[in-house]
Parts: sequence; C-alpha cells; structure tokens
Amino acid sequence: MSDPATLSAVCILASLVLYALFGGADFGGGVWDLLARGPGAGDRRRLIAGAIGPVWETNHIWLIVAIVTLFTAFPGAFAVLCTDLFVPLTVVLAGIVLRGAAFAFHAYRLHEERGAGRWGAVFASASLVTPVFLGIVFGAISSGRIRAAGPLAFTGDVGVWLSPFPVSVGFLALASFAYLAAVYLLLETNDPGLREGFRRDSFRSAAALVFLCVLTLGLAAVDARDFFRSLTGGFWSIPLAAAEIAAAAGAIASLALRRYPLARAFAAAQVSLLLIGWGLAQYPYLVRPDITVFSAAASPRTLRFLLGALAAGAALLFPAIFFLLRVFKWEAISGSPRRP
Amino acid sequence: MTELALARAQMAMLFAFHILFAVAGMGMPVLMVIAERGHLRTGHPVYAELARRWAKGTSVLFAVGAVSGTVLSFELGLLWPRFMAFAGGVIGLPFALEGFAFFAEAIFLGIYLYGWDRVSPRLHLASGVLVAVGGILSGIFVVTANAWMNSPAGFALADGVPVDVSPLAAMCNPASLTETIHMTLAAFAASGFAVAGIHAILLRRDRENLFHRKALEIALLVGGIAAVLQPLSGDFNARFVARNQPVKLAALEGQFETERGAPLRIGGIPDVASRTTRYAIEVPKGLSLLAFHDPDARVQGLSAFPRDEWPDPLPVHLAFQVMVAGGTALAFLSLAAAWRIRKKRERLFDRRFLAAVAICGPVGLLCVEAGWGVTEMGRQPWVIRGVMRTADAATPVGGLLLPFAFFSILYLCLGVASVWLLRREVAASPFFSDGADAAPSPVSGEME
Repeated sequence: MSDPATLSAVCILASLVLYALFGGADFGGGVWDLLARGPGAGDRRRLIAGAIGPVWETNHIWLIVAIVTLFTAFPGAFAVLCTDLFVPLTVVLAGIVLRGAAFAFHAYRLHEERGAGRWGAVFASASLVTPVFLGIVFGAISSGRIRAAGPLAFTGDVGVWLSPFPVSVGFLALASFAYLAAVYLLLETNDPGLREGFRRDSFRSAAALVFLCVLTLGLAAVDARDFFRSLTGGFWSIPLAAAEIAAAAGAIASLALRRYPLARAFAAAQVSLLLIGWGLAQYPYLVRPDITVFSAAASPRTLRFLLGALAAGAALLFPAIFFLLRVFKWEAISGSPRRP
Repeated sequence: MTELALARAQMAMLFAFHILFAVAGMGMPVLMVIAERGHLRTGHPVYAELARRWAKGTSVLFAVGAVSGTVLSFELGLLWPRFMAFAGGVIGLPFALEGFAFFAEAIFLGIYLYGWDRVSPRLHLASGVLVAVGGILSGIFVVTANAWMNSPAGFALADGVPVDVSPLAAMCNPASLTETIHMTLAAFAASGFAVAGIHAILLRRDRENLFHRKALEIALLVGGIAAVLQPLSGDFNARFVARNQPVKLAALEGQFETERGAPLRIGGIPDVASRTTRYAIEVPKGLSLLAFHDPDARVQGLSAFPRDEWPDPLPVHLAFQVMVAGGTALAFLSLAAAWRIRKKRERLFDRRFLAAVAICGPVGLLCVEAGWGVTEMGRQPWVIRGVMRTADAATPVGGLLLPFAFFSILYLCLGVASVWLLRREVAASPFFSDGADAAPSPVSGEME
C-alpha cells in the first residue's frame, strides 16, 4: 500500500471522491434545475444557483487534479484512455464547457432573468449529460474491453464503452450526483415549501440510486466479470457492502426523521463508499485487463516529486477551502440556513 | 486536410481561444486589486465601484478560462497521446503545481466575488491579492511545460523512452526563465491595454467621468510598465533562441543563408522555393547585432539545417513581425503616456491621445496570439525539439474534422456570448465626479 505508484493511485481516487462529493453535487444541482416545474420552479432555480455560485469553480478543480495526477504518474494509461475513450471523453469535455460557461453567463444575468432563460437551459442540460458520460468512462475502464497490450492503436469499436455495464455506471453516476445535490440543498434553505420539495427529490433519487446499484452489480456479473469477481471476492467486500447498506439506511432514516445534517453525512458516505469500492475492486488495475498501476507508473523520482507536490498543495489548500466553505456555507454546514 | 493537420488546427484553435482568457486571468486581478487598494486608501467610492465591475468581468473571463483550460488538459491526451505517454512522467509536475495555483485562484476569486459583505475589507483585499498570485503562478507553471518542449531537459533517452528522469530539472529547463518572464509581461501588457482601450473609447464620449479616468490610469499603469519592460525581455528571448534554437531564429528572421553580419529584416515575405526573403527593409548587420550583440557575428540560416527540420518560415516570420511591431507600438505609447502624466495629468485625457490608446486596445492581445504562434510554429516539425516529431505524437483516432468543427462552433458561440455580456456591462457606465460625494450610481452589487 505504501509504494509510490499505489499512493499516486490513492491520490487520484481521493481527488475523484472529493470531485464527486463537491463537483458532482454541482452537476446534480443542474439536474434539479432542469427538472424544476410548476409555480415554485423559479425559487428552486435561484436557490440552486445561489448554492453553486461561489464554489463550483473550486469544486471543478478536483477533476483537474485527478487528471494531471493521472497523466504525470501513469502517462501510458492516460494515452490509452484518451485513445480508446476518445468519444465519451470528448462528450464529457463539451459538457464541462457548456455547463461551466453557461452557468457563469447565467449567474451574471440572474437578476434580470429571474433564474430562467437560455443560459439556464444550457447549464441544466449539460449537467444531465456530463455525469452519464463521466460514469461511462469509469465503467469502461473496469469492463475489461480496453486492450492495450500492443502499441497505441484505435480500434474504433464503440462497444468498448457503449455496452450495458458502462452505461449503467453512467446512470449510477448521474443518480449519485442528483441525490447528493438534493440532500445538500435541504440545508441551503429555511423555506418549508422548498425543503419539502427537496426532501421528496432526495427520496426519489435515493430510490433510483439503490435500484441502479443493484442493476450495475447484476450487469457487472455478466458484462464485467473480472471486475465483478474482484468486487465480490475481496476480504473487504462484505464489510464494505455492509457499510454501504448501513449508510443508505441511515440516510433514508435521517431524511424520514428530518435530521438533515445527519442525512447529508450519510449520503456523502454512501457515494464515497461506492467510489472507494470501485477503487478497491479495480486495484491494481488502472485499465482492465492490461494496465496496472505498476506497469504504467512513471519513474520513482517523478512519483516522489508528485506526491510531495500533492502533499504540499493539500497542506496549503485545505485551510483555504475550509475558509471558503466557512464564509459561504457556514449556515448550511451548521444546519441553520439563512432565511431567503 | 490530413488528420495531422486537423489535430494541429484543433489544438491551435483551442489554445488561441484559451490564451486570451488565461491572459485576462493573470492581468485582471492585478487591476481590480489596485482599484480596491485605492478605495481602502482614499475612501473614494469610485475605486470600489471600479473593483466591483472589474471583478464581475473577471468572473466571466475566469469561468471561460477555467473550462477551456480543462479542455486543453484532456486534449493533450486526446490529440497527442504519444506525446503525453512520453512527456507526462517528465513534465507533468508543473501541471500538478499549476492545478494548485489554479485552485488558489478559484477559491479566493469565489471569496472576492461573493464576499464583499461577508469578510473584512482587509481580508477581501488579501483575497484579491491571492487571486492575482494564483493567476500569475498558474501561468508560469504552464509556460515552463512549453519551455520544456522548446528546450527539453531532465531525462535521458533509451530506446525512445525517457529514463533517468528529473522532474525538477525538466521544469527548470534552460528556456523556462526567459519564456515565463516574457509571457507574464505579455499578459499584463495585453490585459492592461485591452482595458485601457475600452475605457479610452468611453472617455471619448464621456470625458469628465472620473470612473473611466481612474480606470484608464490604473490600466495604463499596469499595461505600460509591462510594455516598456517587454522589449528587454524580448531581447533576452531572442538571444536565447539564437544560441539554443538557431533554426527557429532563422525562420523567424527569414534568414536562409548562413552569413556574418546578417541584416535585420523588417517585413518581407520568405519564399522557400527561391530561398530568399523578398520585399524586406534590411538594416545592415542588425540581426547579428541584436541576436549576438556583435555586428559581425555569424548567423546560421535555414540552409544550414536538413530540409525536413525546417519550420515553415512564412507564417513564423510574419507572426514574429506582428509581435515585434505591436510590442514596439505599445512600448512607445506607454512612454508617451508617462511623458504626458509628467507634464500635466489632464493631457492623458486629450482626445487624440485617447484615440491612440483606443486603437492600441486590441494590439496587446494580437501580440500574445502572434507570439504564441511564433513559439509553436517555430518549433515545428518537432513537438519536443529534437526528440519527438509532431507527426509521431498524433492520435491514431480518425475523423478529427468532427471534434474540430464542434469545438470551433462552440468556442465561437462562447466568445461572442462573453463579448456580448461584457459589452453590456461596459456600456452601462456609472458616473462619478471628482467631488467626494460621488453621484449615486446603480451599484451592481454582488452576484447573489
């Protein structure tokens, strides 16, 4: 566990968990913006935009950290992923650009447009598509279909990513992000109507998440067999599954009892455990079945410098991020949101 | 177009777009911090309004810069996977450091933009300073990676694979210092003059408005200092290139034959077929003097190198001429501004001078694009000079016309939308007079 290649992979996974918990929830906010209907829709959209506004750019950077760590520590794996998953990654990029730019334009004009308008629609649709394709990428690298034994080549086979298991991981990512957003948004408002709406959405997305977890597991058994064996055969498999089920049950119970800060902690644990489980099952592979963290690792000196830079960066950044959250999310963190 | 040409065209388009926003991300925070500092020092509301409005503009530019930068970090692998497979482990470190600098920029920009009423004025100003520092550092880290492509260091080659890698030596390669200084100054000059140009246009209509007067002064201060220093940095760069990348120097000067006492060519069109540069104004011995500080120094021409290692001298030479001409114009304009302020401050707002500033507004950005073109096209046919050819780095994926067309249209829309949003903001110019009781203006407020 303490060799530099594994540690670098752990750093990537940690960035991805943080990206899911923070950046993912921002995408989820866009999904609820898209689904907002009826008389309260304008208020919901304004609440979502206000919650995302100060933090989304910071949250987005976790993805950049994951990518630069990947291409510095495992350059060969990055090259293979970028070649075989050219199409879904390009869709993800388009989604990231459209979501981010549209949100910035939208926030810029929010006062006049009352939360609606063209940019809002682009922001919301991009928030729906991007997580699905991001999830597909993760499903594809676990499915065992990307072959990288020989020199870099492009097969042009869409089946590499467009098959049942990766697609189901895509929807699992979407459901996770929407679920996190709904649970977080409960704490961003005191308005009883808005709260009840997000509570309903939390239950709905929790149900979707549970359903997709079971479906994805089932599909893995037929469509990603090595990954499935690894996921179910580890010494950690049963404790992890138990923790996942406990977190899900805890989240639903807290939502039912209207204990929202607790629900948020359980929901975040639930999504983190999903990703950690994926990481454990994937290890030591980066891209199943041909590339492992050891076969793709850069030189030990590069890895040591990279880990040093990540540690120093984290030491400087975590206080800054805490300060950012302290300034803008304190009411939400402490569970006593401001009146709108 | 071949797939290689399409990959290069797409990368060039993505960079040409991103670099404008990256430059704004480096320069704009400095302007807004100076304005806010003015407010803390004098208490005059015009500075606070200026800081607010510049910050609001920065928020849009920064967001587009952030997402277009994300695109680039993926496209490095999507379009050039073999380059990344080779270079990632060598030159990935500055990208990781850039990620953290960028993090700092985003965190403190969030606090700056949305925190006017939530943190103390000092803390707010400090956040602005950290935005500026983060922006400048992230620019510097990324440029060291480009410097490494021009001047690879920090590894040895064994069977086409980098061994004995030293990421620190790669990051601190010989070209890093000259390139990062040149780019940082360019960012300040370009954003300073772009902002000065906009406010000069508005001042021509609304000459007494203190808002635009202060804006012009601050923008000219930042842009002007950078523009005056830039020719010095350019000289360092040119001399470095002359020693380190002689074939690039030959291309950017349109020098085909090796000669002592080579002339400096102003303008002119290099013609590869006849191996001459036509229609140039030639300053005798000028190139030898500038590149080696010796009028009789020997300058290698393109002919001294194998034909398949030449960059195309036509676009390289033309882009270089544009950059040098524009940079010179900005330096002279800055000196003129300094002279006018020394004589009488009011002369800065003279209609003719304002017209000159307005015309020079886009020149800095044009120079940035031209300069980027010089360094990239001048390195061809290599992606890593002497190590890997661009053609060998490209993706095996075909059908690149589709993503190229898609991202071109997408970026065109984003560019138009950003300009349109900023235009509205600029057009609604608030009025301030010189008195302490400034006329009330529709304060835009923070974006909550």
